[in-house]
Amino acid sequence: MSKRVVIVGGGVGGTIIANLLAKKMRPELKKGELVIDVISDKAEHFYQPGLLYMLFGMKYYEELVRNEIDLLDPMVALHLHPAIKIDKDKNEVHLKNGVIIKYDILVLATGSRPAPEMIPGLKEGGNWFYEVEACRKLRHELMTFKGGKIVLTIGLPHKCPVAPLEVSYMMDEWFRQRGLRDKVDYTYTYPIGRLHGLESVAHFAAKTFPKHGINTETLYNMKEVDPNKKTVTSLEGVTLKYDLLITIPPHKGAQVIEDSGLGQNGFVPTDKFTLKMEGSTNIYVVGDTTNLPISKAGSTAHFESDIIVENIASELRNGLTPFRYDGKVFCFIETGLSKATYIMFDYNNPPNPVTPSALIHWFKLTYNKVYWLTPMGIL
Amino acid sequence: MTEEELKQIKPTVTVDARGTYCPGPLMELIKEVRQQPVGSVIELISGDAGSAKDVPEWINKVKQEFLGVIPEDGYWRIFSKKVKDM
Repeated sequence: MSKRVVIVGGGVGGTIIANLLAKKMRPELKKGELVIDVISDKAEHFYQPGLLYMLFGMKYYEELVRNEIDLLDPMVALHLHPAIKIDKDKNEVHLKNGVIIKYDILVLATGSRPAPEMIPGLKEGGNWFYEVEACRKLRHELMTFKGGKIVLTIGLPHKCPVAPLEVSYMMDEWFRQRGLRDKVDYTYTYPIGRLHGLESVAHFAAKTFPKHGINTETLYNMKEVDPNKKTVTSLEGVTLKYDLLITIPPHKGAQVIEDSGLGQNGFVPTDKFTLKMEGSTNIYVVGDTTNLPISKAGSTAHFESDIIVENIASELRNGLTPFRYDGKVFCFIETGLSKATYIMFDYNNPPNPVTPSALIHWFKLTYNKVYWLTPMGIL
Repeated sequence: MTEEELKQIKPTVTVDARGTYCPGPLMELIKEVRQQPVGSVIELISGDAGSAKDVPEWINKVKQEFLGVIPEDGYWRIFSKKVKDM
């Protein structure tokens, strides 16, 4: 009797796991002893970090997208129908087209999405770049902006925690290049009492923001936006006026997770070391889908995927799951349009950004082009 | 509340933020306070000594209730209660 590994989600985590597992378990796949399925609601695989560059006209949508089927190993079955229910007691995934897929091992890789509707007025008054259409709209706003007050606000939780810094540095340089910087009053807000969650990154921002002319407002958590008056008010009682409101909206997980009772707001309670769903022996959770208090970032999903694949292979072959995730995360940080730094950290070692350089920026631009090797399980 | 009283509390939700640097303990707490219903008690476990100061500062600023801290060996258990909508 063959075993079936079902992966719900065709983002970076789900695709890496499918491809690495297909490579590792080739003999079993060829003999029909193992079946690997990916369930995705999208035929296209989009490189989300590219949105930051698309915002400033440095990348086009067409450069940031591939067909998911072209990225997947030919021995992985792709189902392009949304999952609408996961029954963990019966080991079943129900698809919108009525098909029910039974699994032996399930991987939840359903990701997260901006949910501006969680803050009154934000959807109407705010602009964000974490989704393609919203990014196009904000790009248009920036291209036609003649000057005034720009305010950046940040909701919780959100993916790519360094993006608020990157967009601030990049916007500063972009407006300077256009000769408009002296007409732009830019305010960066942040939910806690410093400029970033990571202490070393917060220090880096505190040191560098003044020379970029970036104003700051900390302990700022959006309560509501008034699109008519063009004001945003925080839970802490501070109201800011804006001409252009840029926001990192609070995020939610996938609806199917909530609908299946697997986790509040679509985030699944997960063991930080085994990456198994709490209380489950055959469900793994990867990337943004976990409720772990760690960075929601592509690199997190990547490093977690390596562990999940090793454990699934080991479990199928000898019944053991000895591998443990150490909390490893790696992030590039663009510090303008021509320099970047990076951070790397895990559960035991805090990060420390290195001095920004053109070399790291080029490395990031190179990775933007070769990203496709990551979901394919090559890089 | 006294330490003994805090030890008797059964929190609605516990967030273990030890060993996690980003987004960090306070942001995890803010997220939970926002999403839990009024009346919930949230326990934050943090390995960052600064949390014992940051958390009450923010909780008081947004007019929720800070219940107290239990210092443990190398970490802190910090209790807050959501007393009104936000």
